[in-house]
Amino acid sequence: MDLTELRGKFIEAVARAADESALEEVRLAALGKKGEISAMMATLGKMDPDQRKAAGAALNVLKDEIDAALRAKKAGLADAALNERLKSEWLDVTLPGRPRPQGTIHPVSQVMEELTAIFADMGFSVAEGPQVESDWYNFDALNIPPEHPARQEHDTFFMHRAADDARPPHVLRTHTSPVQIRAMTAQGAPIRVIAPGRVYRMDMDQTHTPMFHQVEGLAIDRDISMANLKWCLEEFCRAFFEVDRVELRFRASHFPFTEPSAEVDIRYSNVGGQLRIGEGDKWMEILGSGMVHPKVLAAAGVDPNEWQGFAFGMGIDRIAMLKYGIPDLRAFFEGDLRWLRHYGFAALDMPDLPGGLSR
Amino acid sequence: MKFTLSWLKDHLDTQASLDDILYALTDLGLEVEEVVNPAARLAPFTLAKVLYAEQHPDADRLRVCRVMTDEGERQIVCGAPNARAGITVVLCKPGDYVPGIDVTLGVGKIRGVESHGMMASERELELSDEHNGIIELPSGEVGQKFTDWLAQNRPGTVDPMIHVKITPNRPDALGVRGIARDLAARGLGQLKPLPVPVINGGFDCPVRVQIDPALKAKGCPHFAGRMIRGVTNGPSPDWLQQRLKAIGLRPISALVDITNYFTFGLNRPLHVFDAAKVKGGVLRIHPARGGEEFLALDGKTYTLRDGMMAISDDAGVESLAGIMGGEHSGCTDSTTDVFLESAFWDPITIAATGRALKINSDARYRFERGVDPAFTLPGLDLATQMILDLCGGTPSHIAQDGAPIDTTRAYRLNPARVISLVGMDIPEAEQRATLTALGFSLDGDMATPPTWRPDVLGEADLVEEVARVASLTKLVGKPLARTTAGVPKPILTPLQAREKTARRTIAALGYNECVTYSFIDEAAARAFGGGQDAVRVENPISSEMTHLRPDLLPGLLRAAARNQARGFMDLALAEIGPAFTGGEPGDQHLQATGLLVGASAPRDPFGSRRPVDVFDAKADAEAVLAALGAPARVQITRKVAEWWHPGRSGVIGLGPNVMATFGEVHPRILRAFDIKGPAVAFTVLVGNVPSPKVKTPTRPALTISDLQAVDRDFAFVVDKGVEVLTAVNAALGADKTLIESVRVFDQFTGEKAEAQMGAGKKSIALTVRLQPVAATLTEAEIEAVSAKIIDKVKKATGGTLRG
Repeated sequence: MDLTELRGKFIEAVARAADESALEEVRLAALGKKGEISAMMATLGKMDPDQRKAAGAALNVLKDEIDAALRAKKAGLADAALNERLKSEWLDVTLPGRPRPQGTIHPVSQVMEELTAIFADMGFSVAEGPQVESDWYNFDALNIPPEHPARQEHDTFFMHRAADDARPPHVLRTHTSPVQIRAMTAQGAPIRVIAPGRVYRMDMDQTHTPMFHQVEGLAIDRDISMANLKWCLEEFCRAFFEVDRVELRFRASHFPFTEPSAEVDIRYSNVGGQLRIGEGDKWMEILGSGMVHPKVLAAAGVDPNEWQGFAFGMGIDRIAMLKYGIPDLRAFFEGDLRWLRHYGFAALDMPDLPGGLSR
Repeated sequence: MKFTLSWLKDHLDTQASLDDILYALTDLGLEVEEVVNPAARLAPFTLAKVLYAEQHPDADRLRVCRVMTDEGERQIVCGAPNARAGITVVLCKPGDYVPGIDVTLGVGKIRGVESHGMMASERELELSDEHNGIIELPSGEVGQKFTDWLAQNRPGTVDPMIHVKITPNRPDALGVRGIARDLAARGLGQLKPLPVPVINGGFDCPVRVQIDPALKAKGCPHFAGRMIRGVTNGPSPDWLQQRLKAIGLRPISALVDITNYFTFGLNRPLHVFDAAKVKGGVLRIHPARGGEEFLALDGKTYTLRDGMMAISDDAGVESLAGIMGGEHSGCTDSTTDVFLESAFWDPITIAATGRALKINSDARYRFERGVDPAFTLPGLDLATQMILDLCGGTPSHIAQDGAPIDTTRAYRLNPARVISLVGMDIPEAEQRATLTALGFSLDGDMATPPTWRPDVLGEADLVEEVARVASLTKLVGKPLARTTAGVPKPILTPLQAREKTARRTIAALGYNECVTYSFIDEAAARAFGGGQDAVRVENPISSEMTHLRPDLLPGLLRAAARNQARGFMDLALAEIGPAFTGGEPGDQHLQATGLLVGASAPRDPFGSRRPVDVFDAKADAEAVLAALGAPARVQITRKVAEWWHPGRSGVIGLGPNVMATFGEVHPRILRAFDIKGPAVAFTVLVGNVPSPKVKTPTRPALTISDLQAVDRDFAFVVDKGVEVLTAVNAALGADKTLIESVRVFDQFTGEKAEAQMGAGKKSIALTVRLQPVAATLTEAEIEAVSAKIIDKVKKATGGTLRG
């Protein structure tokens, strides 16, 4: 059979093959060990060299051509089979994805990190102190002697004192201010620290809980003034509340541990229950502050003739409520799942200044 | 502290508006809490005159009036019997809100006749209950504002009441005069003089006074009084009653009202005894022996304790000194001879007594903050004069014991210091003027505080006075220089950084972070190893909050129970916070606790839901430990606290150092806390996780072998109670260079396993990865290591290789 005929026969057989097994039969018939082309290859040995060279080349071309046709056909058949299979592989993709738990960060924790980020930028580090405090740290060192009326107004929780222990009872710290004393005693001056943490007062009603959170701020140096305090708080509020315009009002007040003392109000509006900072004609008290009293500096071993500076104390829960529109303080400590999910923050929502505090 | 505007103006000569006064008060540190301005609701009403009144054509009791108003003549239909020509009336126009009938007027038609407004009765304007007719004013011009007319003729009815919050350092501002002085210093007017009358006593006071020597040094340095004979007690005059009522006090009788008037007006509490009821002619001021019973003016009987100060006559205790008078010797309408007391009491003694007996009185409030010791006698004379004016009578000479304490002290005024502390440029002359206006006397650069300012105790107090009068509102912020040049260094301590890491990791693991109270109830505290007296709060706010928490789990379990009660059964709650081991400062440590309750996932089409188990908690504990940089090789023991399931919990530690506990919460605890479903938890003791030894950010060099690793699987049959970690550690020890890792990939336990392998047996399966170092392993080498592994594991576990 001449090669042209042979070619025509096999190319047609390849085209006709309906499935992979038919195609395999064609391959065996052509290129298998006992196939026609293989048989013709076997005859080459008997030819003289010139004849062999010409016939061999032609046979190889034919062999390659049939092989290519077989492969192309095989790929085509596989595609068709796959298409057929895919038709049956339908899933309802509107089914829910596999459940993955969504954790949250409590607003108090989030706001503490926000505070830390802002004050860190202004050169403050973070100090800590115990929550059970001696009355010396909580009161005396802060210029609140035992019979000072301010002590009564603190609604203090006292720890039990054993009958054979003559020391005055320890207290649950009523403010974060004792950390001022501890930090100054440990580090001396100059110093810039904030001290966020839990504080306790015997008060429970619509707007008070017996435990809440405060952040203390303390900056002592040779020439820090109340004007620096105002700047520092203005900058803080602008950064924290994420509004360009913030207006603070410094109101003279009294705290035994600062002198002069000021309570600070922030301008806000309340439109339909939504609070907006920096506009409107209402003022809300957000913190107490002042220049650290010389007696307080002295109690912490810092020479008041050489050093001066400011301190402030701010309610963390309160500014969290203000910033995020959380209405009820008591709910902060209930652990209601709905509340935690609604007001909580994602694990990776890490507040920082380059990326912005809130998302 | 409450007062009215007219009361203030008794002491302050001012043209300032109410708003300006309110602003200045708050700015000065006398924070305005509330203002009640009765004029506000009467503001729209003006005076008008009835020109003539005619009978309504269709109604017997109505009259049609022509009324001259500020807007010309109007027709008004009126039903009042006194509506007649010529009277001056109060006009309410269409559009005005009339408070007494809660109506906003419109133009009406009454029985066919148009009416443009109404003429008001006193009741309709809430001035009184009078409603027999419309108001007829004896004076006033058409168009005049009614509030102006009232201010001139009945000022009490439109006197604004101002409520200010007084900080504990300012007892002087607990009298209207002190507040007036602050406003005058601010420049809002002139403080009016307060001339003290000269009282010419006609006779020696029949009641003598005697301070016990024990109290003279401390307690009661000065006690004075005098008798006024032949007074007529009864209701005080209207103006006085109105003022007391405006600040929420109940008028009682002229004598009592006068003492209240001095308490609030001049911060000078006084007491009046009915002299006829004082037995024996001597009032003794003495420390109580303890046990004396005393019926006070509030109608309650108090038992005095040893050392409390009392004023007694021959019959017994007549007054709880400086706090409350006694019922027995109190003045009544039939009192004719009165003994008026003015004394100075030691603030600390008063505070201690008031607190012990739980009596809150206006006198105690003032004495414990400190009244003016130099004003005892002037106050007595001023009050005597007022009694003489209102009640008549003749005064005696003063009876007194002791003398005013000398509070004279002086502090240096350093004007530069004021500027440096406040950061405001206040000229020296202004600083001196401010202090002078507040009553300080200046001698060169030394400033002597006035006797009514016990709070001024140093130079810093002078700064405060100057600054607050200058107004802190005017302060302009000044940037705070950076402490260091360049990029700031990190500021968190290692523990603070770890707390944050733990918190974020736990949230990333799917927990909802809670913040629960640091105190819990005693039963819960006891269940978690706490509840001792050392951590007991002496004055808890509720029985749910009596003890500092020894652990975070009870708080989370309570939160879980509350959530389950609301229908949320599957929970992942966490808290990162302090737990308390004792009652001393510092007896607290940081815990990071996670609690899983119920199922691992909601029901879904993929069968993801399964009950949470120990290994969920363990995985989370390990994830937190890893995030905190804990070493990978740890020990797991079963030495858990009693609130964990004894067989299904473990401690992750390094030698004796406990880093974490994980496991099922003890079923008894779950029952006690009313938790439904399984509950597992972990607690990481953040501070116990050792800090990484390496302090550099550089990582060790990475060594990767080009030679292919070989995995070999082994299954062993061991006793049920054998811990798989024993087998893993044994296998790891078989060849420390070649074996890279050993992992448990299966375990086969339970009835079927025992049926196959024998009672009390289970099978565990390990996969060991061998990493050749120098050359590819030969089959013989692999066999040799395998034999060693099998041998080691058998020895360690007492098991056999599973065939």
